[in-house]
Amino acid sequence: MRFLLRRLGFYLVAFWVAITLNFFIPRAMPGDAVDAVLAKFPQLQPAARKALEATLGTGNQGSVWSQYLTYLNHVFHLDFGASLSNYPTPVTTIVANGVYWTIGLVGVATVIAFVVGTGLGILAAWRAGGRLDHALPGMMFLQATPYFFLALLLIQVFGITFHVFPVAGAYDGINYTPGWTWPYIANVADHAFLPALTIVVTSVAGWMLQMRNVMVTTTGEDYVVAAQAKGLSDRRVVLTYAARNALLPQLQGFGLAIGFVISGALVMEIVFSYPGIGYLLLNAAASKDTPLMQAIFLLITVAVLVANLLVDIVLVFIDPRVRAMEVAR
Amino acid sequence: MSPVLDIKDLSIAYQTPGGDVRAASHVNLSINKGEVVGLCGESGSGKSTLAYGACRLLRPPAVITSGSVLYSGARTGTTLPVDILRLPPDDLRAIRWRDVAIVFQSAMNALNPVLRVRDQILDGMEAHLRLRKDEAHEKAARLLDLVGIPRERLRSYPHELSGGMRQRVMIAMALAADPEVVIMDEPTTALDVVVQRDILAQIVELKDTLGFSVLFITHDMSLLLELCDRIAVMYAGRIVELGSAADLQNAAAHPYTQGLLRSFPSLHGVRRELTGIPGSPPDLRDPPRGCPFIPRCGFAQPGCAQVDMSLIPVRGGRSPLHVTACPFVTHEGAVNAAPEQETTAPEGALS
Amino acid sequence: MKALARLWRRLPGTAKAGVIMLGVFLLIAIIGPEVTPYNPSVTTPLQAAAPSGAHLFGTTQTGQDVLSQFLIGVRLTLELAFWVGVIATALAVIIGVTAAYVGGIVDELLSLLTNVFLVIPALPLLIVLLGFLNGTSAGQGQLPVIFVLSLLGWPWGARVVRAQALSIRSRDFIAATRETGERSWRIIGFDVVPNMVSLIAASFVNTVLYAVGASVALAFIGLTDPNQWSLGTMLYWAQLGNALQIGAWWWYVPPGLAVALLGTALVLLNTGIDELSNPRLRDARSATKIANRRVWPTDPTPVLGALNGHGGGLAGLARSFSRKSLIDEAAVGAGNAEKAGELR
Repeated sequence: MRFLLRRLGFYLVAFWVAITLNFFIPRAMPGDAVDAVLAKFPQLQPAARKALEATLGTGNQGSVWSQYLTYLNHVFHLDFGASLSNYPTPVTTIVANGVYWTIGLVGVATVIAFVVGTGLGILAAWRAGGRLDHALPGMMFLQATPYFFLALLLIQVFGITFHVFPVAGAYDGINYTPGWTWPYIANVADHAFLPALTIVVTSVAGWMLQMRNVMVTTTGEDYVVAAQAKGLSDRRVVLTYAARNALLPQLQGFGLAIGFVISGALVMEIVFSYPGIGYLLLNAAASKDTPLMQAIFLLITVAVLVANLLVDIVLVFIDPRVRAMEVAR
Repeated sequence: MSPVLDIKDLSIAYQTPGGDVRAASHVNLSINKGEVVGLCGESGSGKSTLAYGACRLLRPPAVITSGSVLYSGARTGTTLPVDILRLPPDDLRAIRWRDVAIVFQSAMNALNPVLRVRDQILDGMEAHLRLRKDEAHEKAARLLDLVGIPRERLRSYPHELSGGMRQRVMIAMALAADPEVVIMDEPTTALDVVVQRDILAQIVELKDTLGFSVLFITHDMSLLLELCDRIAVMYAGRIVELGSAADLQNAAAHPYTQGLLRSFPSLHGVRRELTGIPGSPPDLRDPPRGCPFIPRCGFAQPGCAQVDMSLIPVRGGRSPLHVTACPFVTHEGAVNAAPEQETTAPEGALS
Repeated sequence: MKALARLWRRLPGTAKAGVIMLGVFLLIAIIGPEVTPYNPSVTTPLQAAAPSGAHLFGTTQTGQDVLSQFLIGVRLTLELAFWVGVIATALAVIIGVTAAYVGGIVDELLSLLTNVFLVIPALPLLIVLLGFLNGTSAGQGQLPVIFVLSLLGWPWGARVVRAQALSIRSRDFIAATRETGERSWRIIGFDVVPNMVSLIAASFVNTVLYAVGASVALAFIGLTDPNQWSLGTMLYWAQLGNALQIGAWWWYVPPGLAVALLGTALVLLNTGIDELSNPRLRDARSATKIANRRVWPTDPTPVLGALNGHGGGLAGLARSFSRKSLIDEAAVGAGNAEKAGELR
């Protein structure tokens, strides 16, 4: 278990750094930053105010170290306090509502985009994908387009000009009630279509370009030439020799890029008023609801770390060299 | 009997923005059945380019600009030799490995890291032979036996094997489809001397048993003198001398070959000073007229710039098959007079 | 000058396009704010007007001239991205080279730090940071954004620089200079860094790209100073002013398109740098043209004069699927000379 354990250890360290950052950021801010937060919620009851001050590090709470330990304790008990803008609803409740929407939308769309993009990338590096080469500059343009800008365009075209898809929210709350009913699910899908399309279109380009570049490097390797020397079919050469090996750095790239993809998707949620955690985070930041803000940051970090760990696990399965490291004594 | 592989007038160039690099120019080389032919030259001489180009394995920007590669092994349905360079892709793929196989230089790089040894041997086999699954597996196992690797290694991945083992696997892989010609590109250069000896011995044994021909490419002349029937020496993309191992060892005619022979010590014989060959290989982009060896040749004279590098039998040589590209120099040294001043009718002289 | 001209010629077409696009943006950034037709903050009664002769890019919901905002926006965005690029790349080089050269525990710690900051998602952290800074006295202007972006922008470059520095360090000529007793920092300054110029250049371009994207996203959310006319801020006001709903596409399309084109230009520039510095990449391009026909890596080497690869009768090539095998023959035994003779 050496390889995975080492990776897990690293992710735990990263998580600890994130927690510590959360703790120190309010304390490192210039004085009027904290005042600005407190000023936004003058109506808070004394108990709530005290709790807020505890997270912000103002007031007399004891030494920094004891505050830190208290904070760590809270985090491990998943106690993030109450949201300020939705007082007295606890932060965890609000976050739990948004998490499903985001995982459903962003998770599914990202995986689809990765699979499709990687497939296109393999084609583009091979004779069979000949004409795809002409699409490359277009792909680069798409990759450079901010998610939310594309979202705006899509809404303009498909939502407003052509009224094909709804442009806000996760479902139509007026006419539909949540539940495992077909009309509800169809409505959800309807609302999720444009946001998902935005994510897929922008990130497919990125994955395709990345896979194509990796393929180009891989087909230059000696073992691919050897495969051709063996008189193997083009298909086997490209798939089993080139693509199979190119997949390894491509997956590693996926792990590294997960953070970026999620970030882009979060901002896009605001354009669609999609009630995922991105939407919640941005609103929390705008309204200076610091407990909510910090909790969501931690959640997103955990999600990215977990995704990275999953990628590592997949790597153990498909790369025999990593597998060897994994079982090495 | 026609040679198994006959390379005729082969020229290969790389098209680069700075001009065409002539990696091989008008090379003639033939390999007969059961023969071991050595191809010797320093880095950049074009020996690997020649071998891969003959199988059309070079990547862009390589182009084959002239020549033909005639194959007439035991399996062509016709009695006429077949030109590998003009085969349609499907037939080319059929000839590869089944008739002409290659053992690559660096086994670590030439083996697919994510496939087991068994699968890599099998796919070369299955692409050309229709065998039942159990027969194929048995054959793969026997191939490992032949090269001296335990059968359990079939299930190993390349990174689990030592360097010597990997090279043996490459050899076993090359023999998987029973080829007639095996091209070996520096198969032992990356290995230590002891393993090198082992593997070379193995190659000789296999050749004797199975009867394939070998084209052995290396920069190590001493190796070739021991191993080969005939040796070709390449310089700057051209063959400069060609002859039997005995011819080259005792009566090397071309100044470059002589320089090579003086560059390594021999265990027997008189102690002599080791001299290298001063200078460096020429830029192949715009080769000057005449012989490319002029800047480094101790015998250079004005007539060298008119040499057309065609191979002529060595003057005073023991066999008409011992040919050289230098009309001026033999084993004894330079011929005193330039050829046009000779009164005897020159055979195969310059045009 | 001549060296530059030579570099230019060697660039592939797409990279040239990228350089030209970037040049256009730089031009706008330099002279733009001087030639704005109107003061971008001044409101007019001409609300949400479509592009016309008087207002080439139309007006916002409060009658401000979009073109003027755009011209200033390009400069502000590029300025910010440039500074982030400089600071973050400098940090990356320092940290990367230090880690590679000092080695040992310092290397372990620095690498750990780099990897941690690589894996922690940047944008959410930026949002938290700016969430606190926004609206305060320290949150005015572009400085806070430059600060936080640089703080999180160095890890990527540091990793790449460290890897390259390690490989250079192990190369022979560095060992040679070490033998001659040159001091470490001299080696670093005069031998190592000059060999990494193209890498540092590519890293710089990448960082600028990240800075453009991140700053625009942050501005769009409203976490940067909304009184600064950057491209992102334009999009923020457009969103706030319901540009979509009122159909004022001219308000958000120019800044968004500019960001996309700027990003594309930077990516193309980077591919150009890659191709120039890595000759292997040039040869390994997906397909090259030989004698005006595309040749793919999986194609056999083309033969001039027979590029179709056909001709040469092979009607009778017996595809030998026979079970006769040289090895089987050999296995029967060397003693079976006649059987061996049969093969011929």
